[in-house]
Amino acid sequence: MANTLQSVGIVAAQDAAFDLPLELACGAVLPAYRLRYETYGELNRDRSNAILICHALSGHHHVAGRYRADEKYPGWWDSMIGPGKPIDTDRFFVVGVNNLGGCHGSTGPSSIRPDTDQPWGSSFPMMTVTDWVHSQARLADLLGIERWAAVVGGSLGGMQALQWSISYPARVANALVIASAPRLSAQNIAFNDVARQAILTDPDFHGGDFYAHGVLPRRGLRLARMLGHITYLSDDGMGAKFGRLLRSGAYQYGFDVEFEIESYLRYQGDKFSDRFDANTYLLMTKALDYFDPAHDCGGDLRAALEPVEAHFMVASFTSDWRFSPVRSREIVSALIAGGKKVAYAEIESSHGHDAFLMTDTPYVNLMRGYLDRVARELAA
Amino acid sequence: MTSQLRPDLQLIADWISPSSRVLDLGCGDGALLGWLQENKNVIGYGVEIDSDNIVRCTAGGVSAIQSDLEVGLAGFGDGSFDHIVLSQTIQAMRQTEQILLEMLRVGREAIVTFPNFGYWENRWQILRGRMPVSDTIPFQWYDTPNIHWCMLGDFEALCAKNKVRIIERVVMDKGKFIHVLPNLFGSLAFYRVTADE
Repeated sequence: MANTLQSVGIVAAQDAAFDLPLELACGAVLPAYRLRYETYGELNRDRSNAILICHALSGHHHVAGRYRADEKYPGWWDSMIGPGKPIDTDRFFVVGVNNLGGCHGSTGPSSIRPDTDQPWGSSFPMMTVTDWVHSQARLADLLGIERWAAVVGGSLGGMQALQWSISYPARVANALVIASAPRLSAQNIAFNDVARQAILTDPDFHGGDFYAHGVLPRRGLRLARMLGHITYLSDDGMGAKFGRLLRSGAYQYGFDVEFEIESYLRYQGDKFSDRFDANTYLLMTKALDYFDPAHDCGGDLRAALEPVEAHFMVASFTSDWRFSPVRSREIVSALIAGGKKVAYAEIESSHGHDAFLMTDTPYVNLMRGYLDRVARELAA
Repeated sequence: MTSQLRPDLQLIADWISPSSRVLDLGCGDGALLGWLQENKNVIGYGVEIDSDNIVRCTAGGVSAIQSDLEVGLAGFGDGSFDHIVLSQTIQAMRQTEQILLEMLRVGREAIVTFPNFGYWENRWQILRGRMPVSDTIPFQWYDTPNIHWCMLGDFEALCAKNKVRIIERVVMDKGKFIHVLPNLFGSLAFYRVTADE
């Protein structure tokens, strides 16, 4: 890809160990933990040019660049982050972090629990978006970042950006909330629960302690991912890409893969079930379900956003039905009612929820326009 | 960006009170709001349908919301703005009456401007047998966004029908105020209206 021209190049992950106990929303306390993260670009002298990238359900800290020159795929948001790209590493110091409960290096259910020398498994505490934000704030402290120039995220990542602006108003100059929602709808929770049930009822799940049995609940995770994938695409997008295409050109009258869409989903499911931790998947979907900053304000989102100081950029995509534009507009309306600064774009795209990872021109232009202004204000 | 505003936008800007809350419907590239933020310390929002204009507003630090005015102002609470501006857009709207009422639901005071169809040059072109094309109406009849033409009296009748009070009216032509026979010599009309008694 031409993107290699504008890549951050070869990158390496780092670990930060924290031994200050972290109190979690569920009441549990994580006595010590590790966060894996990556950084690109340089922190300026007054430490004002840092951007935090928050990841979505299956994301992680590896946001841009490659670990080796011959690596097939770069970080998951390499299209947006790099020299000269909208999140310009020539101007910003970009931080990607793997969330607690994750399975890409930060402390999570598959990590070894120090007091038992066994994987945490089912004993890993439930995480919330707010817990993640508090843990990320400690990473910011460690990196010497008092205030983020921007906190950016799509989907579940957008929820973290929103929560950052509420939990630490003075520490967020700009919040970019993309393809997200102020809370999940019943339909969204329903999808998440079907995904969870697929995992929880897999005989290889063993109540979450499958590590000791030397097995992985692959079938459950695969189904969960297949279901999720359907909801990330739009009907039109899927129709345009796969339609009713058959692999062999004729009906086989059996249950093997016949339609291209079946082949695609199964491939995605298989790939995912080999590399993702089932307990992490469960935790991430619960964090999505629990997120509701208006909950403590009697459902009044405007009141929940009262402390916000950040300027907002909210973006949604026309064909996204998992986190539809209506949900983004709820955030926008609450911000406007509170007199907060907000730009809102409803971007024409056929890519469904996945559009936040794509490069539709109006989307890229919006990100570039917004962040260019942020960079100019930093330089002023 | 303390640049000069277009004369028609400057007139609107003069009607906006300092430190007020302003909603600009069809805000374009955000020129008016940008000026008001800089010079009158307003809390301003724009509504705009065009994505390139959203990017321009965003890059200029103007809060712009991408939305279609034809669907109304559902996301905006009652009485949540001091001033609502609809600049040279009402003649292009399908839901003309509805937007006027929506504006006065959301805002205390509305500023509506439109090209006056009764302008003498328009009348002259019609007399000569053609639909008018001019500085303020730069479109051919077959390729125009403008579907609801009106003259001063028409707009005032719509206001009267809906018990909308006209606070002030200004008529201009080529950047100059028109006081004599405004419906004949004015090409642009500016109204400040309110639903208050």
